[in-house]
Amino acid sequence: MNNIAPGARFGANSLRSGPDERGRFGEFGGRFVAETLMPLILEVEQAYNAAKADPAFQPELDAYLKNYVGRPSPLWFAQRLTEQLGGAKVYFKRDELNHTGAHKINSCMGQILLARRMGKTRIIAETGAGQHGVATATVCALFGLPCTVYMGATDVARQAPNVFRMKLLGAEVKAVTSGAATLKDAMNEALRDWVANVRDTFYIIGTVAGPHPYPMMVRDFQSVIGDEAKAQLREAEGRLPDVAVACIGGGSNAMGLFHPFLDDSSVRLIGVEAAGHGLDTQQHAASLSRGRPGVLHGNRTYLLQNDDGQIQEAHSISAGLDYPGIGPEHSWLHDIKRVEYVAATDDEALAAFQLCTRTEGIIPALEPAHALAHVAKIAPTMDKDKIILMNLCGRGDKDIFTVADALGVKL
Amino acid sequence: MSRIAARFAKLKAEGRGALIPFLEAWDPDSATSMAILRGMPGAGADLIEIGCPFTDPMADGPTIQRAGRRALDGGASMAHTLAMVREFRREDDATPVILMGYLNPILSYGPQRFCTDAAAAGVDGLIIVDLPSEEADLLAADAAARGLDIIRLVAPTTDDARLPLVLAGSSGFVYYVSITGITGTRTASSAELAEAIPRIRKFTDLPIAVGFGVRSAAQAAEAVRAADGAVVASALIDTLADSLDAQGRAGPDTVRRVLDQVRALAEGVRTARVPA
Repeated sequence: MNNIAPGARFGANSLRSGPDERGRFGEFGGRFVAETLMPLILEVEQAYNAAKADPAFQPELDAYLKNYVGRPSPLWFAQRLTEQLGGAKVYFKRDELNHTGAHKINSCMGQILLARRMGKTRIIAETGAGQHGVATATVCALFGLPCTVYMGATDVARQAPNVFRMKLLGAEVKAVTSGAATLKDAMNEALRDWVANVRDTFYIIGTVAGPHPYPMMVRDFQSVIGDEAKAQLREAEGRLPDVAVACIGGGSNAMGLFHPFLDDSSVRLIGVEAAGHGLDTQQHAASLSRGRPGVLHGNRTYLLQNDDGQIQEAHSISAGLDYPGIGPEHSWLHDIKRVEYVAATDDEALAAFQLCTRTEGIIPALEPAHALAHVAKIAPTMDKDKIILMNLCGRGDKDIFTVADALGVKL
Repeated sequence: MSRIAARFAKLKAEGRGALIPFLEAWDPDSATSMAILRGMPGAGADLIEIGCPFTDPMADGPTIQRAGRRALDGGASMAHTLAMVREFRREDDATPVILMGYLNPILSYGPQRFCTDAAAAGVDGLIIVDLPSEEADLLAADAAARGLDIIRLVAPTTDDARLPLVLAGSSGFVYYVSITGITGTRTASSAELAEAIPRIRKFTDLPIAVGFGVRSAAQAAEAVRAADGAVVASALIDTLADSLDAQGRAGPDTVRRVLDQVRALAEGVRTARVPA
């Protein structure tokens, strides 16, 4: 359980070379799945490695990202917000402008191309807020593959527009009633489906969690966010940001933003977890701030759990952050202290949601509103020549009902 | 010789296969599950599998999911499960007891402390669903040092290239997951078993038990014709669940109904023809 010193395990003085051959980032990650799935997990890893080595794969993905998803997403200098906060310059990486309205499709596109290479004929996915479900249903429609999305019954009720979107796109949405009927339970059910349909089915996981190679693969596909932002900021400002900020549920948008900056030691990286009603209540989703290491959904990582190792329910106003675990690479970056992990409450996220809407004319999803809540805390404390880069990873159309409800507005 | 090895040796001498019934610890409450556990050997259980409740049993179907939920709602914990085995061992020192569960509660308990306490309580073997060969070193040394068998799952997807790796760390017996799927759903055909079991035997001398989808006495008999043991879980829990009142509390006949079913299954196993 010792911390692994940076570079000691991965060598080459880089924090970007993980995971190791067992899928570990330090002591986190791995492949904790039932034997039935194990051969398939190994097959996915082999296929992914072969795809990476195939000079045709990345250009094919890039073409879809450019012409279908709409990449590169813009980098926006949030001038009015910067003036209002009165400190560091705030830049938004506008991943909410992607087709389907969030960063999720970056990885879905990569994974479905891999599924096709593997000859898989059926796709499954889990979803919380529905953004990953919509993105998966979208790429399945694009390639004509049948798609089943598992979604907690609680989330089906609170994210009705996304449920309808998935159905319009031709996906079957299965409401999961076990547990608290949210994202964790949807992932359990997707894994059960996969065990029963190993031979023809590919599981498109929505975040940087799950058994190896998923945390690595999803990170690789999402790293386009940080790669683009780095180049765009160099063009705009001629330098790296001082701070990069992203919200964290499972952690895919944050990993995508952070990974290209891991070796740039001058860049502070800050991940913002959902503090729900407060970190000292039982109603939050802050696995790193309040959890401890354990094994769930195929990987070893920080988890919200009780003294008996039973997994506890998470809470966040944002369905996309409502998960009691976190990607294993984040757990490692937390332990080696390369990334700082903080938290923002439901109320702080709601305030940031309104701030962004009024000052920038951008309705953010409640997930990045958590990141913005932290930006609003630190920007005023920084000099005006400092730069904060924030990932605006999703748009807020899906959240207007939740926000109206929280603000006491009847629609 | 371990209890597991001794029991399979005895059954082999008798020329029959093993019935391995399953119960979820503390389902629906401590006293009821203890009574079922105590009654199982008399009803014909040759080995006993005890499920350790977990909030997120990703390889289990609705029946065992609900059993775990009832147990956890009733206050079950890993320490309680071990206490059950300790209690059972006061009057039964021969029937092997195997714990089946998921890794996280064991990690939380502490792998070394868990193996020490489990062995001291009288546990003979462990089946940990989400601990494949690739991760087995996490527990292997602690388990071996305390004489606990690690019983590996072999699935229809475990091909010949992979079997040696899976079997290398196995002891006690091999648990053949007879279907690609979760517990309590589909049933393997006798043709599937007739093909699968000899394939595994080419790689091991350990006894092989068949689980996942074995529900009736006839199916249990079929399983021990092909293999050395039959694990029955969901069918017994369905019977238990059926006997509960609207609040999920045990009824006056809960224990009897479950044990009657164990008796019927044992009858099936004992009358099955066992391959020479």
